Amino acid sequence: MADGSIGFWTVPLAVLGGAIRVSTPFLFVSLGECITERSGRINLGLEGTLVMGAMSAYGISYLSGSPWLGVLAAGITGAMLGALHAGICSLPRVNDIAVGIALMLFGTGLAFYLGKPLIEPTAPRLPAIDFGWWSDIPQVRAALRVNVLFLIGVALAPILYWAFRTTRWGLLIRTAGESSDAARAMGHSVLLIRLRATMVGGFLAGVGGSFLSLFYPGSWNEGLSSGQGITAVALVIFARWDPLLCLWASLAFGGAAALGPALQSVGVTSGYHLFNAAPYILTLAIMIITCSPKRTLTGAPAELSITR
Amino acid sequence: MDFGRISRRHLLQGGAALTLGAAVGARPAFAAETTIGFIYVGSRDDYGYNQAHAQGAAALKKIPGLKVVEEEKVPETDAVEKTIESMTNLDGATLLFPTSFGYYNPHMIKMANKYPKLRFEHCGGLWSDKDPKNAGSYFGYIDEAQYISGIVAGYTSKSGKLGFVAAKPIPQVLRNINAFTLGARLANPKATTQVIFTGDWSMPVKEAEATNSLIDQGVDVLTCHVDGPKTMVENAARRGAFVCGYHTNQSPLAPKAYLTGAEWNWEALYPKFVKMIASGESIPNFYRGGLKEEIVKTSPFGEAVSAEARKHADDVKAKFLSAEGYAIFKGGLLDNKGKTVIAAGTDRGQKDPELEKMDYLVEGVIGATS
Repeated sequence: MADGSIGFWTVPLAVLGGAIRVSTPFLFVSLGECITERSGRINLGLEGTLVMGAMSAYGISYLSGSPWLGVLAAGITGAMLGALHAGICSLPRVNDIAVGIALMLFGTGLAFYLGKPLIEPTAPRLPAIDFGWWSDIPQVRAALRVNVLFLIGVALAPILYWAFRTTRWGLLIRTAGESSDAARAMGHSVLLIRLRATMVGGFLAGVGGSFLSLFYPGSWNEGLSSGQGITAVALVIFARWDPLLCLWASLAFGGAAALGPALQSVGVTSGYHLFNAAPYILTLAIMIITCSPKRTLTGAPAELSITR
Repeated sequence: MDFGRISRRHLLQGGAALTLGAAVGARPAFAAETTIGFIYVGSRDDYGYNQAHAQGAAALKKIPGLKVVEEEKVPETDAVEKTIESMTNLDGATLLFPTSFGYYNPHMIKMANKYPKLRFEHCGGLWSDKDPKNAGSYFGYIDEAQYISGIVAGYTSKSGKLGFVAAKPIPQVLRNINAFTLGARLANPKATTQVIFTGDWSMPVKEAEATNSLIDQGVDVLTCHVDGPKTMVENAARRGAFVCGYHTNQSPLAPKAYLTGAEWNWEALYPKFVKMIASGESIPNFYRGGLKEEIVKTSPFGEAVSAEARKHADDVKAKFLSAEGYAIFKGGLLDNKGKTVIAAGTDRGQKDPELEKMDYLVEGVIGATS
């Protein structure tokens, strides 16, 4: 301890820190996608939304000097991309998955194009709350420097869980997702419900992107997302469209992403490619354990184009 | 278009006109058809590897009569062959700079065989006699600058633990890690370098995680070999650690934490290449150089660098610049598994091609190549 090292304890601490630091974008994107998919539509474009959110948050934070304005801008950008997706999907015989892929490419391409001048400047970052004040070990303090967005995400998961079950809005979204005929019979516009659900989903994904560029890793560059948006969309499937499970899945993914570098730092150096692949191995393992050839996925909204 | 005959004549005229034209004022000196193509694997302004090349390309743009075409984010697949085809056939490029390591074999070799009249200059490849004569590879001994960084890091580190965030265990990366470590051990014989491989050239989240893990282990000076050092530099500085930069000067990102850095100097080399062509000289197919040849440079020292460190670093730098040169990898060298990798009595000078096949980590490095 004399040299400031905490030895092998780095690994669990890094996994904990990673769960907090890395999971937030996963959490926001998967909660957003959860809302969208519960309404009966898949928005695969959230990878593009995430990257656009990261870029616009960084740009607005840099220009205005206020990172919170950046977060808001990211959310609005995301909601607009969501509205675009929902708008195109409202047209007859449009496949939502194909539109999603197109919007994913559109979003990332547009973000790279508009973000060119933003790579060099340094924008003001979001503040962190120090939850490690009780500890005098610097590593613990560093791991427990938590961003407000993470806390909002953590709070959002049970709120959504509750809202889906007990509120009128939750019921409407679920109705649109389970049986559009029933929703129509009740006198509601399915397209309008899905438009709103996709916009809210996009808003959350955009906010998730702002976390990437404004907090951790904390700057804008083109490799920033490296597929986290698409991973988060997949997370929703294995979280069975349940917001609470989305939270746990995101935390597990964040922790797993930290495992590879942490093990190397304590000298477990062989097979680092394998440890770097930990999040994906985790996905495969959970998929294999929970899948069954005898039944369809439990919890899948009936109106989704993949289950219909 | 015959680069060998017609264009060279134009270039010769151009070269002559350039010296005159510089005084008289800008007049198109090179033939209008002299187009140079640059191909980058990543984004041109990544604060790193590709930006360093783009700065070199920008230096060429300033020379009257030269047209520079650029394409970024070209993957190391047959996509680069398509880019070369379009630069050649549509833009009329006669000199091409595919700047990424993985472009060389088989893609660029194939294109050089297909277009024997064009000139290809590849950054980082190992040109051998078997390769086409119109292809060349150039590279800088940036490990010299890393060695200087290592010395400064060795003096600055209080814990004696240094960190290295690396992309992939290829020879160039290993050589940098080893040179950095050997430099640090000049300053502090007990210094160790902990290396973390992220697995790819641009993985910002992994790089940030690697930086945090290293600092959690007590590392207090970090450097890296990834395409964009910005993530490492900013995250390390936020945690209060010192950094040595790579590729370009990152001191504006962390003025207090930045010690020094290993930088490319392509803006000096590329105009030199063009001048060689213009004067009818051929560029050596295998072109290498370090600090002395002005292919690499070191960043100015940051304020945290002690006088002792500055003096030692400057002394070693002077040896690199001297006529007899300086060997980083000297005999009696052990790898980190205790095996002798360079026998006692043999010095591997910087130009030794054996060093470009490096597959080991020297004693003092904590990490493994696989």
